[in-house]
Amino acid sequence: MTAQEIIAIVKERFGPKIKAEKLDAIDPYIVIDPADLVEVCRFLRDDPRLQFDMLNCISGVDYCEPDPAKAAKAGFEPHLEVVYHLSSFVKRHRFVVKLILPRWKNNTPGQLPEAPSVASLWRAADWHERETYDLVGVWFTDHPDLRRILLADDWEGHPLRKDYVFPLEYHGIRGR
Amino acid sequence: MGWLEGRFEEGVITTTLEQAINWARESSMWPMTFGLACCAIEMMATGASRYDIDRFGAGAFRATPRQADLMIVAGTVNYKMASRVRRLYNQMPEPKFVIAMGACTCGGGPYYKYGYNVVKGVDLIVPVDVYVAGCPPRPEALLEGLMRIQDKVRAMKYLTKGQPLENLIPARSGYVQLPPELETPEKANEFARRNKERATPAKA
Repeated sequence: MTAQEIIAIVKERFGPKIKAEKLDAIDPYIVIDPADLVEVCRFLRDDPRLQFDMLNCISGVDYCEPDPAKAAKAGFEPHLEVVYHLSSFVKRHRFVVKLILPRWKNNTPGQLPEAPSVASLWRAADWHERETYDLVGVWFTDHPDLRRILLADDWEGHPLRKDYVFPLEYHGIRGR
Repeated sequence: MGWLEGRFEEGVITTTLEQAINWARESSMWPMTFGLACCAIEMMATGASRYDIDRFGAGAFRATPRQADLMIVAGTVNYKMASRVRRLYNQMPEPKFVIAMGACTCGGGPYYKYGYNVVKGVDLIVPVDVYVAGCPPRPEALLEGLMRIQDKVRAMKYLTKGQPLENLIPARSGYVQLPPELETPEKANEFARRNKERATPAKA
């Protein structure tokens, strides 16, 4: 099934909940609100025409230009994106769902933006969400066990954020 | 054999106890089975039949730090692993030696600038005796590093403390032979200057 048909099916069901769509990308995608994520994903998984039974990956993307001189030309407002790549073994088609989040909740640095967890739909989401939380800093609400997966438990900050400051010292070991 | 003092008649030799101990020690350096990243693959190749680290008496890779004399830190050490590396080092019995194998353990290597989680050199965690450069080093380079450790063992003054230490003489490998254009410091400076000139792009 082509991406156009998939989007048509999703639109028929959810209509105004789809905030944006892009068909001419290599991986055509739709953008939805975080609040609708679980609902839309459950539809994508369970609808007999779609049957997205596999979550390939969850990626966190930080759109941010830390250099203030270049920020005006960057072409985007600072924000985070969470990208869900889905595919179906049965129907042999693929699709992408995106969330757009603020870089910090309530614009307060230190408060992580929140997105709902889809670990209840696909078990693969469990570790992917932990990794996204670890490196990009997205808080997945109602995740079964959200802790860092790669870095040490007492690590500060989320290293793949563009404005991350490297530690000068970690447990007595000089950083540089 | 360097450790023989004299040989009088058939089957009678003399040596000093210290030299005999050092000889025994250098001839059976037991490394710890312990690899962190891609350098460990090269270390395994060094242990296998083609390069055969056992020729130098260091083929008995021990599965516990308590039986090992030599720690070959092969591979990137990150902050999460650093405390474990230090603990393994502390568990080894004295005398113990450390080889930092590869660019990552020598000084961070390719992760120096953007590796937020990589320790910039394992010498920030444990004292290092020999640095082996390369990414990863060839097995020959690791063997050379092992020979340098053996030179260090040979110069150990365990019983006659307070004696001035002899110069470390790389017995098996000899001194590093420099190419003729780098022989003397003057020639080396001249060589560096010429290289720099050649690297500067010509003005249009």
